[in-house]
Amino acid sequence: MDSVFYYSGFYLSLIMLLPLYRAIFGPTVLDRLIGVNAIGSKTTVLLILVGVIYGRVDMFVDIALAYALLNFIAVLAASRYFQKKRGLYEKKPSD
Amino acid sequence: MIVENRRKEVYSMNYLIILLLISGLFFFTGGSIGILRLPDFYTRLHPAGKLDTAGQFFTMSAIALFVLQDFSLANFLTATKIVLIVIFVYITSPTATHAIVDAGVRAGLKPWTKEGQI
Repeated sequence: MDSVFYYSGFYLSLIMLLPLYRAIFGPTVLDRLIGVNAIGSKTTVLLILVGVIYGRVDMFVDIALAYALLNFIAVLAASRYFQKKRGLYEKKPSD
Repeated sequence: MIVENRRKEVYSMNYLIILLLISGLFFFTGGSIGILRLPDFYTRLHPAGKLDTAGQFFTMSAIALFVLQDFSLANFLTATKIVLIVIFVYITSPTATHAIVDAGVRAGLKPWTKEGQI
């Protein structure tokens, strides 16, 4: 049963590479924000999986809760900051 | 006899846990591919908002069932905290998605159309 959690954690960390592409090469700032949000929601699950593998779920659950809260606050603050700015999207060459 | 029945029960619980875990990872895979491949910012928010929440629900419920297999007060508190994380995510993920959409609309991002014009 431990190997199931081990392989699913490995697969989850591989899956995180796809939103990381969007977070690096995203055309607008908000695309990068979506990628960071998706990585954070996967990290919450991965932290509890790591806790199951280590046998210390009671400790890692608190860390995961704090990480979920931090992710939410970061996305909310960044979107509130960027909605005041014009020129968020990339300019076309014709402009 | 009782011990054998109990062991059989635990094994069937393991099958349920593995099924929930694999379905959660399936939802996570779909969400990641959707974020990577969809054409627009607004359409990319659709898999990011929905499928990540569903994947978190299935995976967290699998881990909560695994923790509850040997029942004690500490394990029950841990499973309750996992359920609280799921409830928290179900409140905050639509809020974050709505905040990002609001930022995009106010910044003047145009939605994607097939011909490249509205």
